[in-house]
Amino acid sequence: MNLSQIPILSIITYIPLVGALALVFLFPKERTGAIKAFATLVAAVDLAVSLPLWWAFDRARDGYQFVEKASWIPSLGVHYHFGIDGISLVLILLTTIVGLIAIYCSYSAITERQKEYYVLLLLLQTFMIGTFCCLDLFLFYVFWEVMLVPMYFLIGVWGGQRRLYAAIKFFLYTLAGSVLMLLGIIALYFYNTSGFLAYKGLGNAPSFSIEHLTAVAAGMPGELQVWLFFAFFFGFAIKVPMFPFHTWLPDAHTEAPTAGSVILAAILLKMGTYGFVRFSLPMFPEAVRNPRVVGTMVALAVIGIVYGAMVTLVQKDMKRLIAYSSVSHLGFVMLGIFAMNMAGVQGGILQMINHGISTGALFLLVGVVYERRHTRLIAEYGGLAKQMPLYATYFLIVALSSMGLPLLNGFIGEFTILQGAFARNFWWAFAAATGIVLGAAYLLWLYQRIFFGEITNPANAKLQDLTLREQLTLAPLVILALWIGLYPKPIFDVIRRPSEKIVQAVGGTTLEAPAMAQRSAAPAPAAAAETTTVAARP
Amino acid sequence: MTFAFRASDWMLLAPELFLTAAGLLMLGLAVAFGKAKEDFLAFLATLSIGVAAGLLAFVATRPDRSAAILGGAFVVDNFALFFKALILFSLALTVLASARYVGSAPYPGGEYYALLLFSGVGMLFMASGNNLISIYVALELMALSSYVLAGYFKAEPKSTEAALKYFILGAFSSGVLLYGLSLVYGVSGLMGLPELAKLLASAQRSNLLMLGILLILAGLLFKIAAVPFHVWTPDVYEGSPTPVTAFFSVGPKVAAYAILARIFYVAFPKFQADWGFVIALVSAATMVLGNVAALLQSNVKRLLAYSSIANAGYALLGVLGFRTEWGLWSVLVYLLAYTFMNFGAFTLVILLESRGYAGESVSDFNGLARRNMPAAVVMLVFLLSLAGLPPTAGFIGKYYLFTAAWKAGYVWLAVLAVLMSAVSLFYYFRIAAAMFFSEGSPAEVKSSYALTAVIAVCAVGTLAIGVAPQPFLEVLKSCVLGR
Repeated sequence: MNLSQIPILSIITYIPLVGALALVFLFPKERTGAIKAFATLVAAVDLAVSLPLWWAFDRARDGYQFVEKASWIPSLGVHYHFGIDGISLVLILLTTIVGLIAIYCSYSAITERQKEYYVLLLLLQTFMIGTFCCLDLFLFYVFWEVMLVPMYFLIGVWGGQRRLYAAIKFFLYTLAGSVLMLLGIIALYFYNTSGFLAYKGLGNAPSFSIEHLTAVAAGMPGELQVWLFFAFFFGFAIKVPMFPFHTWLPDAHTEAPTAGSVILAAILLKMGTYGFVRFSLPMFPEAVRNPRVVGTMVALAVIGIVYGAMVTLVQKDMKRLIAYSSVSHLGFVMLGIFAMNMAGVQGGILQMINHGISTGALFLLVGVVYERRHTRLIAEYGGLAKQMPLYATYFLIVALSSMGLPLLNGFIGEFTILQGAFARNFWWAFAAATGIVLGAAYLLWLYQRIFFGEITNPANAKLQDLTLREQLTLAPLVILALWIGLYPKPIFDVIRRPSEKIVQAVGGTTLEAPAMAQRSAAPAPAAAAETTTVAARP
Repeated sequence: MTFAFRASDWMLLAPELFLTAAGLLMLGLAVAFGKAKEDFLAFLATLSIGVAAGLLAFVATRPDRSAAILGGAFVVDNFALFFKALILFSLALTVLASARYVGSAPYPGGEYYALLLFSGVGMLFMASGNNLISIYVALELMALSSYVLAGYFKAEPKSTEAALKYFILGAFSSGVLLYGLSLVYGVSGLMGLPELAKLLASAQRSNLLMLGILLILAGLLFKIAAVPFHVWTPDVYEGSPTPVTAFFSVGPKVAAYAILARIFYVAFPKFQADWGFVIALVSAATMVLGNVAALLQSNVKRLLAYSSIANAGYALLGVLGFRTEWGLWSVLVYLLAYTFMNFGAFTLVILLESRGYAGESVSDFNGLARRNMPAAVVMLVFLLSLAGLPPTAGFIGKYYLFTAAWKAGYVWLAVLAVLMSAVSLFYYFRIAAAMFFSEGSPAEVKSSYALTAVIAVCAVGTLAIGVAPQPFLEVLKSCVLGR
């Protein structure tokens, strides 16, 4: 069957929605077993339907594939417009995989209001997939915003002690960023139709098509591009989250139920970085070539890497620790993206996937012991290796993948990013590399405190090792981590074309040559950012 | 000026005339019925509003409605028709939402419905008003009926207080408005809006005229509860019977927007730079104060009162978009969306009222998700819409308003508006949090068919405009003044 003949993306997007509606109307809330089974089935079907995309996707083609387009609000020029490129493809697949795992891992963790819970998880999945499929900016904004609602409730109803605070903080932070992005969208719209305020002259038909607006926006005057870049920046940077907009993340992650944390880490944070890749870079090339803008972005990314890692070191709560480690890892992604060369952008995109896999798995692992002991404090544990050998093994693999050990996925991503950063500026790479060292420190220390030594806390003496179901939730992620670590080429193949397009759009070099010659010996990273950006371009 | 009264002029005012007659009939019946057969009266009121709507549809088809009627006092253009339809719609919702409330109150219901209809007649005339005096008289008819409605629970101190406050401040603002009208008349010697525009087009700016325009603006801003003329709103909204509050937050406001837009667009376009500046400042102050004050409220009605103040501030953004294709269009879109979502939210408050009269707190919503999931989900839709999140009517409406402000060059206002709209989420979601996260009384939520119908209509409207806005947008575009 030819996948481009059917609206495959809409099918993938709305299967969970249909499933959620079926849950609402067909299943009485007492029949929890049936509800769980059905929700899992829906997610599994969604995954099964999404997998063929991987093979059907034409890696050699530029532009978007599986495009669906229909008029939605003609008065505004809004279309229902779906389509994917390689970047969206890998993120959609990650979403369907993680979505299934999130549902499957909640069987025993969620005991209250189960029907609502699975309905919300399925809704969330529809909105997340929709966001990655959108080729219309207005539609994108709709999905982007509506996604917040189920997550708010997942944190607020099934979260930990401070769930109310965490839920509203998450919602307000992200919303505040999004509405500024909305203004950016309005500005783009007007620039397209009539020329922007003082800059008259254009006059296209109203449109929100991302491809069209990208072409139009790229021709805007530089000053205006900088303004719009920052309007979008707030929307994306809060979601990533970049330092100093990261403070909602530890709260949301810590308080969310396990599945919520997994989805938050694996998918929702990627929305921000995806936004930078899909919109900020190609739309505002003048702005991102501006040395000050790049300098600011890289400085924030590097601060995020180092500061995030240092804060991670001192955490006492496992989930909080992993949450802060996300700040650090996402800093790497941002560094790669704003290196704006092939290695950097590809590494950044790959690291988005890697972070989803590793951090998602870490949250799953914390969830396992949290379910047994109902505490996340590291001090409560110790010596688990003897009692839970299987658990210790999984944890070790995942922790190593997260810290970037060769043969595992994290290494490939971080290495490529550092390669890209290095080509731009030695000091960027240098500062980021310290983050890797700190990363090894906090993860190994965490591992040591939880697993090594004698069991000192009697409550841990009878802990049960991983069940088959728990292993089944973890195994796919571990397999993916090994696969990407050993043979990342298939993923690079998929994301090469779109990355090239982005790098070309911002005027960077698409050659992957290591650029030792461009090494600069400027005294400080911030200053270096300003002086070397010009030199780094051909 | 020639006063040509034609018989067909009266035909074009059929809905108004019919509703007046229906109101008088109600009054008569009320004397006969006393406290009995109130449901029948409610049915009769709904029926007469329905007939009036039918008459309105008939009027809409008449080809002779393009010219001003009754010596230029009224005009039945598309703009007026839209507002009349919206007013009749909110009137019908109010009657349906009132039935249980009025039934449980120890006061006769006939006069309640009659006053509601009279107030409706006033608003219908406002929507058509094309002359300073006809507008003023219509406004007063609406306002006087409203004062009495606010005090309908006459033995309740809060209701009486609301009525008194509303009356005193309302009368004062009417005085200000009238003073403004008289100054404009004194300068120009004209009452008709189009004639004024014609005269002013070649006139110089004079201080007296400016003062008159400013006073008219102040009087109208009072009616839409914009800062600094908003102080009556929370008290009146809290003290009035909840269906009346719901009505106040929608009907009279919508009608006031109609005359605000008509007076300033038709009569005073020349001085747009002057009044535009004032409206921009008022809009900014209204959005900030409404949203910030709402953060502190624990009474739902006061919270929604401040929220409606904030909403008045947003809608003013559209009024600013003068003579851009977006300006008035965005006001119409927003008012339509606002009617659905705001009335819906208030109807939920009516549904959950646990302490009979005016004791509504956010905690009434506690645990609603467990007690009645559909009600909680529907309320969530209204809250999302009020906060301006997609895919709801509120988002489309706000999108249009922000666009209008941007297009009119008020970028700073658009920035302020989106930030304030993010702030508003905090207080709207306090209600959401109460519904979904808190434990509440296990008491059953009792609804009636009428209330369920109101809520269903509002919810469907809110979602329909959000998901498939195109048909609404097209119709509204044809209702903009001067098309």
